[in-house]
Amino acid sequence: MAFQSLEILGISIIAGIVGSLLGLGGGLVLTPALTLLLGIDIRLAIGASLISVIATSSGSAIAYLRDRITNVRVGMFLEMGTTLGAIGGAMLGGFIPAKFLLTIFGGFLLYSSYLMFNNRRQEHPPESTPHPLATRFNMHGEYFDKAHQTTQRYQVAKVTEPFAVMVGAGVLSGLLGIGGGAFKVMAMDVFMKLPLKVSSATSNFMMGATAAASAGIYLMRGNIDPRIAGPVALGVLAGSTIGARIMPHLKNRTLRLMFLPVIVYVAIMMIRKGVFA
Amino acid sequence: MSKDIEQTLGRVLRIGVVTSASIVALGLVSFLVTGNGGYPSDTYPTHPLEILQGAVSFKPFGWIMLGLMLLILTPVARIIISLVQFIQEKDRMYIGVTLVVLLILVISFTLGKVTH
Repeated sequence: MAFQSLEILGISIIAGIVGSLLGLGGGLVLTPALTLLLGIDIRLAIGASLISVIATSSGSAIAYLRDRITNVRVGMFLEMGTTLGAIGGAMLGGFIPAKFLLTIFGGFLLYSSYLMFNNRRQEHPPESTPHPLATRFNMHGEYFDKAHQTTQRYQVAKVTEPFAVMVGAGVLSGLLGIGGGAFKVMAMDVFMKLPLKVSSATSNFMMGATAAASAGIYLMRGNIDPRIAGPVALGVLAGSTIGARIMPHLKNRTLRLMFLPVIVYVAIMMIRKGVFA
Repeated sequence: MSKDIEQTLGRVLRIGVVTSASIVALGLVSFLVTGNGGYPSDTYPTHPLEILQGAVSFKPFGWIMLGLMLLILTPVARIIISLVQFIQEKDRMYIGVTLVVLLILVISFTLGKVTH
C-alpha cells in the first residue's frame, strides 16, 4: 500500500502539469490512470480526483493572478451555475450509472473539439459583437499577452448558453470528479469568444470552487481515502505550479494545438468505456 | 484587480496551500514510515470532528484528512477575498453574485453532514 501511494504521487505530478497547462483539472488524466493502471475503486478515484482539481486550481491560481489574465467577473458569474450543478451531481453520485454519462460526455467533447478545430488558425478571436447581458454584467476585459507583448482587449459574445453549459459542467464535476475544465474552456472559447488563455486561466479560477462544492459531500460519504487523496494532493500541487509558470509564455495557438488532441483522446476513451466496459 | 487585493489573495492562497500540503505531507510520511494510519483495519475519519480528533491525537490519517480539509477550504477563502475586492470597488452586482456562490458552498458543506 505504501508503494502504491508513491506510484500515485508520480502519476499525480504529471497530471498536475498537464492539467494546469490546458486549464483542465487533473481529473481527466487522473481518474482513468487510477482506475485503469492501479485498479482503484472508481468512487475513491473520483474523490481523489476532486481533491486534485482543487489542488490544481489553488496551486496555479497564485501564478495566474499575478499575470492578470483571469477574468474574475466572468468566473464568479459562471460559478453560480457550476456550484449549483456540482451539488446536484454529487448528490446524484449514487444513482446515475456512470456508463451512460461517460458516453454522452465523450460525444459532446468530440463535438466541441470539432468546433475548436475549425477555429484553430485564429491566434486572436475576431472582433465579435458584445452580448448586451455581458456588457451589463461588466464582463469584457483585457489582458497583457506575454507571448505577444501586447495588451489584448476582448468582448464577451454570449452569456446564457455558457451559463447553461456551466450547470451541466458542474453536474458532471460532482458526478465524475472532473474539473469540467474542458467544458468551461470550451464554453468560454466557443460561445463567449474569450481568448483561449483567458478561458484557461478563468477556468482554473472556477474549478476550485466547483470541486469544493461537491468535495464536502464526498468527504463525508467516505469517498476520500487519505492513502490515495493525500499523494494526489501533493503530486498535483507540485505539477500544477510547474505548469502555471510555463503557461503565460505559450501562444494561444500552441495551447489550442496541445488542447485538441487531448480532448479527442479523452473523448474516445470515455465513449469506449461507456459503451464497452 | 487592485494591487493590494491581488497581493493579499496571493499570500492567503499561498499560506493556505502550503499549510495544507505540509500537514498532508507530515501525515503521509508518518503513515509510510510507521506503516500504520492510526485507525483500525484501514478505516479513516470522514467527519470534520472525527478528523480534528484524529489530528490532535497525532494519527497519520487524521493529519492527512485535516490537510485535505484545509485544501478544500482554499477556494472558499479565495472567493471571500474576491468579495472584499468587490465591496471595495462598490460593485453591488458582483457583491451579490459572490454572496450567491458563497451561500451555495455553505449549503454544500451542510448537505454533506446531512447525507451522513
